[in-house]
Order: sequence, then C-alpha cells, then structure tokens
Amino acid sequence: MARKRSIIDLCLTPKAEVPGPLRYAVATFVWVLVIAIWSILTYGGIMQDIFLPSPTAVMGAFFRLFEDGTLSQHIWASLQVVLMGFIISSIIAVPLGLLMGTFRVVQAGLEPLVNFIRYLPVTSFVPLFILWIGIGIEQRVTVIFFGTFFQQLVMIADVSRGVSKDLLNASYTLGASRRDALLHVLTPAALPGIMDTLRVTMGWAWTYLVVAELVAASSGLGYISMKAMRGFQVDVIFLAIAVIGLLGLFTDLIFRLISNRLVGWAN
Amino acid sequence: MSVANVLREEPVPAVTPGEAPAAKAPPLLRIKDVRLEYTTKTKTVVAIDNISIDVPDNQFAVIVGPSGCGKSSLLYLVAGLNEPTSGEILLGNEEIDGPGPDRGMVFQSYTLFPWLTVRENVEFGLKRRHVPAAEREDIVNRYLNETGLAAFHDAYPKQLSGGMMQRVAIARALANDPKILLMDEPFGALDSQTRNSMQKLLLRVWEQHKKTVLFVTHDIDEAILLGDRIYVMTARPGRLKEEVVVPIARPRNMDMVMDPSFIAVKRRILELLKNEIKDDDEH
Repeated sequence: MARKRSIIDLCLTPKAEVPGPLRYAVATFVWVLVIAIWSILTYGGIMQDIFLPSPTAVMGAFFRLFEDGTLSQHIWASLQVVLMGFIISSIIAVPLGLLMGTFRVVQAGLEPLVNFIRYLPVTSFVPLFILWIGIGIEQRVTVIFFGTFFQQLVMIADVSRGVSKDLLNASYTLGASRRDALLHVLTPAALPGIMDTLRVTMGWAWTYLVVAELVAASSGLGYISMKAMRGFQVDVIFLAIAVIGLLGLFTDLIFRLISNRLVGWAN
Repeated sequence: MSVANVLREEPVPAVTPGEAPAAKAPPLLRIKDVRLEYTTKTKTVVAIDNISIDVPDNQFAVIVGPSGCGKSSLLYLVAGLNEPTSGEILLGNEEIDGPGPDRGMVFQSYTLFPWLTVRENVEFGLKRRHVPAAEREDIVNRYLNETGLAAFHDAYPKQLSGGMMQRVAIARALANDPKILLMDEPFGALDSQTRNSMQKLLLRVWEQHKKTVLFVTHDIDEAILLGDRIYVMTARPGRLKEEVVVPIARPRNMDMVMDPSFIAVKRRILELLKNEIKDDDEH
C-alpha cells in the first residue's frame, strides 16, 4: 500500500493538489494577517492617522458617505463610465479582432498601426482629450476606450489566429461555406479566448477610469479620492480604493459566471 | 502509369478469390497526372510528381508510402483543401474545385467541434446543407447507432477518448452521405488496442455501405486488412510505385492477418517499400 503523503510534503511539491479546506484556511489567514498588521500600525500608534487611517475610521467613512448617498452616487458615476467605455470598445474590438486574426489583408492593414498606438501611454493623451472633448463624461469614456480597445484588438486577433485551421478545413469538407466557417466554427472556437480577453481588459478599464477621474472629473470614485486628498481625509481615499477593488472583484465574478454558462465546454 | 499488378510472383494458396478487383465500371475518382510543388524561402520542393490513379466506385482504396512521400498532400488535393500545380482530379465527371460535402474527410488530428455535443457534431454537415430537422434526427441516430455512439450522444468531445472522437469524426463524415470518404491516417494517434477496435468498426461499417474510401496510412497491416486495392508510393517526390490488389475475401476480420494470402501481400508491399524507406529515417 502506498504511503500516505503528509500535508507538508504536498505543500512543498510543485503543482501538487492540496485539500480544499487548507486552501480556504490559507486564504483567510493572509487576509487576517493583512488586517492585523494594519490594526497594529494604526491602533498601536505606530503610524499617524493622517497618513494611515485605522480600520474603524475607514468603516466610519463608509457609513458616513453611504448614509448621505454620496457613495452610491459616485459608484454609479464610475460604473457608468467604465461600462460605457468598455462596452463600446468590446463591441468594435471583438469582430474586428476576429477579422484581423482571420484575414491576412485585414491583418496587414491594421497590425502596424495598432501596434504603434498600443504602446503609446494612454495617460499622455488625456490633455489632448480634454482639449478636444472637454471634461465631461465623454472624455473619461474616451480614455477608457483608448486604454482597452487596442489591447483587446491585438489579444482577440491572437485568439482567432490560434484557432486550428483543421477545424475550418473539417467544416469545409462537411459543406460549410466561408461564411458558415466564420460564424459557426471560427467564432465559437474563439469564444473562450474572447471571454478571457474581456475579463482581463475589464481590469485595465478600471485602472484607466481612476486615471481619467483623477485628472478631470466632477464625480466618481477617483474624483472623491482626489477631493479627499485636498481635505486630508485619508479614510475616504482608503474607502474609494477598497470600493474599486470590490467592484473589480464583482465584475470579475460576473465574467466567470457568464463564461461558465457560455463556454462551459472548454473546461 | 497505373498498372494493376495482381501479385504475380507469390502464389496464393487456399484463398477464396476476393470479390474485390476488376475495374469494369468507370472510375469514381480519377487523379490525372497530378503534380504538387511548393516553394520555401530557398527552393522549390516537388511533393507529388505526376501521379495518376483511378479509383473505381465502391472500393476501399488505400495509399501507403514512407512518411513525407506526399500521401496526405494527395488526399488534401482530392478534398480540395489545396490545389495541384498541374494535372486534374475528377470526381464522377466533374473536376474538383475547392472542398465540398461530396468528399467527406476524417483527419488525423482531432477535428471535432469542441463546443458541440457528439450529436451536434454529427449533425453539423446536415445543418449546413439545410436538411429538415426530422430527417436530420433520423440520419444522426442511424450513424450514432452504427458507430456505437448512441450512449454518448450528449457528451462533449472533451469527455471522450481519442478512439471515441475518431468514431464521431467517421459518423460525422458519413452522415453527409459523401460520394467518397477520405481518411488521413485516422487511427495514427491511437494506441494499438484502440486502433484494432477502430479497424474492426470501420470494416463492419464499410461492409454495410461499401462507400468508396480513399484511406492514407503508413501501417501496412492496416492497409491490407482494410483495403481492396493498395497504391504504393515512392519516397519524395511521391510517385505511384505500384497498385496492388488485395485478394482477400470479405467480410474480413482481424484473424486474417495470419492468412498466407495476407502475408503474401504484405511481403510484396514490404519489398516495394524496402528501397524507399532506407534513407528516410529522420522523418
């Protein structure tokens, strides 16, 4: 009979599976550790509260802003901008990326330009966007669009290039037209990769949102942290960061759920 | 070029002369002086050098040859997935122009659509050809039963073994009722036990339909077991070396591998290939 391997042995073996409860225990431990260090630093008086607020101060800021309705108002403002920028970008990038990865002509035409723009830091465009578009919501949506669109395009083109030509050939020998092959083979085959791309770029969209809101905005989570900085309300800055983190986690979860429904066959 | 050599050297003892050969009907598939070249950065390579093959209807035709001899390339030409540099390929009396459902194909790599269930995979071609739903279901059920897949009709390819996936690929190609079934080393990636059971299955299915098959393999036993006639190719540039008719009666079974007639054919093919394989080890 095989010797039962100890937990420690499993933990030290590269890529070995460990029991589920252990994974949850470790995850919880890390969170507790972070909060504990934070508590010691603040309640212990090691850090001044104008630089690092205590957990209770952040909770206090949460209840304060939640009760007067400002928090939900700013969350909604940010969410609106992120979703608008992200959705507009995705709607164009997904089909165009598929075409770019599938048709050599489209690739030849777009790739050099896209690769050039892709490496330009979006932040450097912000002054230009303000000049052109002003400081309204359109400007922030544009920043997010610019930040995500070109990355999405390149990643989705890669996904569609990765679809096996054998699958297309098989469909042709079964009577599929080129249009059939595009709609009924290439697109479903690329779908898991597309979902992954969207999930990853959604995270980037949140980052660009904050950039846009820090520079020029009159609402949103980036805006309230900017305002809080001017008033030395570090607890509000922390709250804004935490809320953005949670919203990111939440959108990620939604993407996972959609993925499981849509492309469960791939797992 | 295509001279049918019905094993002159070896006497064939105690075998029922197969109902096989005798190409009296006009050939279903005519490959006429087909040549295939492709250009790499530095040179032009001749993959297939003027091959002519006539495959009669209702025959199980097998192409064997050393690896890299262009046998798969030839199959891709027949499928219309590639174009010959010169020469022509006729199915019935029509010249092949691009791929189509009249030439179903089973690939060596697994080409099931992973987002479709077994049933939906088999149904794929019928849907593309707008066959009505009720008729589709009948056809799909029939081929699922014939290939022993009925119990797995709702499974996704991910859940199947390699052998099962190739069964689905066969059912998928047959469901379209092609004029000819092209098979490109379909069992090449399978372990030997699975391979044997797939050969058995293919024999059984083929003997029911007698649909013309063009089958590519480098496995000589497989070629003789399955084929009515075997086209032996030379090493690259691929030419037709000889056409060997297999005088073994049907229905066939795995035990026939030990028959003297089987061994006679095998000896003949080995002899033909002997000079071709020696320099080709690195492939």
